[in-house]
Amino acid sequence: MSDTAYSAERVAVGGSQHDHDAAHDHKPSFFVRWFFSTNHKDIGILYLIFAILAGVIGGGMSGLMREELKEPGITVLTEFTSQYEEVAKIDGACPGNTVEVFEDSCRVERVPEARIESAKNFYNVLITYHGLIMIFFMVMPALIGGFGNFFVPIMIGAPDMAFPRMNNISFWLYGASATLLMLSFFAPGYGSELGFSGGWVLYPPLSTSMRGPAMDLLIVSLHLAGVSSILGAINFITTIFNMRAPGMTLHKMPLFAWAVLVTAFLLVLSLPVLAGAITMLLTDRMFGTAFFDAARGGDPVLYQHLFWFFGHPEVYILILPAFGIISHIISTFSKKPIFGYLGMAYAMVAIGFIGFIVWAHHMYTVGLSVDMKAYFVAATMVIAVPTGIKIFSWIATMWGGSIDFKTPMLFAIGFVFLFTVGGVTGVLLANAGIDHYMHDTYYVVAHFHYVLSLGAVFAIFAGWYYWYEKMFGHSYNEKLGQLHFWVMFVGVNLIFFPQHFLGLQGMPRRYVDYPEGYQFWHEVSTWGYYITAVAVLIWFATIVEAVLFRRKKGAQANPWGEGATTLEWTLSSPPPYHQFNELPRIR
Amino acid sequence: MNANTRIVVIICVVLAGMLGLVAAAPSLYNTFCRVTGWGGTTQRAEIAPGTVLDRKVTVRFDGTVAADLPWSFKPEQVSQTIHIGETALAYYEATNTSDRPIVGTATFNVQPAKAGLYFMKVECFCFTEQVLQPGETMSMPVTYFIDPELTLEDRLDDVREITLSYTFYRDEDAERELLAAHSGD
Repeated sequence: MSDTAYSAERVAVGGSQHDHDAAHDHKPSFFVRWFFSTNHKDIGILYLIFAILAGVIGGGMSGLMREELKEPGITVLTEFTSQYEEVAKIDGACPGNTVEVFEDSCRVERVPEARIESAKNFYNVLITYHGLIMIFFMVMPALIGGFGNFFVPIMIGAPDMAFPRMNNISFWLYGASATLLMLSFFAPGYGSELGFSGGWVLYPPLSTSMRGPAMDLLIVSLHLAGVSSILGAINFITTIFNMRAPGMTLHKMPLFAWAVLVTAFLLVLSLPVLAGAITMLLTDRMFGTAFFDAARGGDPVLYQHLFWFFGHPEVYILILPAFGIISHIISTFSKKPIFGYLGMAYAMVAIGFIGFIVWAHHMYTVGLSVDMKAYFVAATMVIAVPTGIKIFSWIATMWGGSIDFKTPMLFAIGFVFLFTVGGVTGVLLANAGIDHYMHDTYYVVAHFHYVLSLGAVFAIFAGWYYWYEKMFGHSYNEKLGQLHFWVMFVGVNLIFFPQHFLGLQGMPRRYVDYPEGYQFWHEVSTWGYYITAVAVLIWFATIVEAVLFRRKKGAQANPWGEGATTLEWTLSSPPPYHQFNELPRIR
Repeated sequence: MNANTRIVVIICVVLAGMLGLVAAAPSLYNTFCRVTGWGGTTQRAEIAPGTVLDRKVTVRFDGTVAADLPWSFKPEQVSQTIHIGETALAYYEATNTSDRPIVGTATFNVQPAKAGLYFMKVECFCFTEQVLQPGETMSMPVTYFIDPELTLEDRLDDVREITLSYTFYRDEDAERELLAAHSGD
């Protein structure tokens, strides 16, 4: 961004593009186009569809959780447990509660107590898969796979990604990975209970002692997702380093491309560590090794170190692309270049780097020595510095700007607000002394949902509305978009702000039930979920309205005016199937 | 080599490097704990030191068993007060309360963790796996001393008491081997 307005001046690459009888916009047939796709824009759309589906599933799971937590007692999830079970005949006879008799077994009705036990397990299955789906199959595909694939090549003036076929493999590996994850949800976890219920972090000894295939499927699923992300990261790094248009130096590159570049490096450095850690889980489970088995000289805490060495960079993998999108939107709708462009770019580099040396702040309670904790507290707090640079630069960009409060800008300002709330509680939790009290309470749940669920998701919606007309070639209803924002903003705050209070009062996370004293704020939180669900319906209505009534009307190349200066706004909406046959020259 | 291939090769080298680091992590982690005494990892010594200092330390003893191990296991003395550098002998008592032979191995550490580097064991039941026959009671010795070098570190000046803790786990693999060896006779 800086103060460079990207010019649409073309560099002639020999011959006029009209010589090819507009062949550059010749699209393949439907099946070839969407299933064998090597076009970065089509793959981007596929990722977005994938993320929406995953978001609906993951969001539905949180709905079940909130409904169960609305009042004390286990009342809702029992409905989802099996009513009958098969038992062997005793001396050739069936017990009294039999409903069907087989050759050597009987189908009997389960007693309510047994179904409540199953419901407890189901709750933990829900929290596990909700986390995994939202992180690996919703936010990452939406921000990196979706917006990253669609806009990074366009923003740097490239015709496509460096390795288009590898891009296709990345997407379909994600499909395979998601399939395995859903199979795992319905596979036995332990005994006859379905799904792995040990939490998304997959800590041993739970993940090594639950012997059912659910955990094994989960490991393979994460392996595939990791391979997919690494291939995607290789693609982004190569594209950004080698395919920038003439004159587009790294220091003139738009901030979203910077964000995706840093994210790609984080993926390359952190995912192999996750892959290694879950491979050790797999060998501990299947091949008799004892990496994490204390009884045979292993150490479960080693898993936590490895996991969080991946896990902490992972949270920046989720939020850095969001930072990039927000920078573009705030600049566009303030009609000003972003404040402190270089500072913004290198703040992301700094966040990425520091993200690798703070992992043990997730593990303050495992018995780290005081010196070790002092280091991790200090290092963690340092992250607030580059993050603060970003927050204040966004505010400085808005300062004195001619601000246009369109839907994307509302979501962007909402992002800044929500992310700052989550950031502040993060600085608080960084203190090992406080964390001993707060560890694994709802305060932590509120913290990471403010930065990720609200932060990252608001950035995804901001990007969705910002680029909707560009991606799909028709506009959306501004009033519906704004309604979506306001209902969503009220809803999500109502869900998560009360969870701070619950956490401070000692409500532990991952619990299906609680004493009556916690009911009020749990109920408020559940009402917040209802409001958020309405907001998501409004969002769907916005899409339906746009597709039904606006598709014929066409779209402007640049609906946002002078503030929108990056290269995607120099192309038609939607962009031609193959863009930049003549490379743009950047002044 | 064209520009794209070059970048892919570099990234693959980085990936291989990270995978190598992860593969080496378990042994690096063990070595790190053993060498630095982080997390209260105690040290092994072959011979007792020559010097005995006036300063005294109280060593307290703690013993627990994993939930699936049918043993009772407790120290035979609550604590011992010894001079730094003095070699002492303490006993734990373990009883197999089940009706079959059971193999257990013990993990160990000391609190405060910073004393781990100076807690030297000469002989310990925890160095090897232990087999208890049904109903058998065994006295398990540990010979140890506190390294006089502890006094050279300012940050250990406040150490007056060290708790030595053991946790016994069941070793089912060793039990299976034991069973196989007996049935082979």
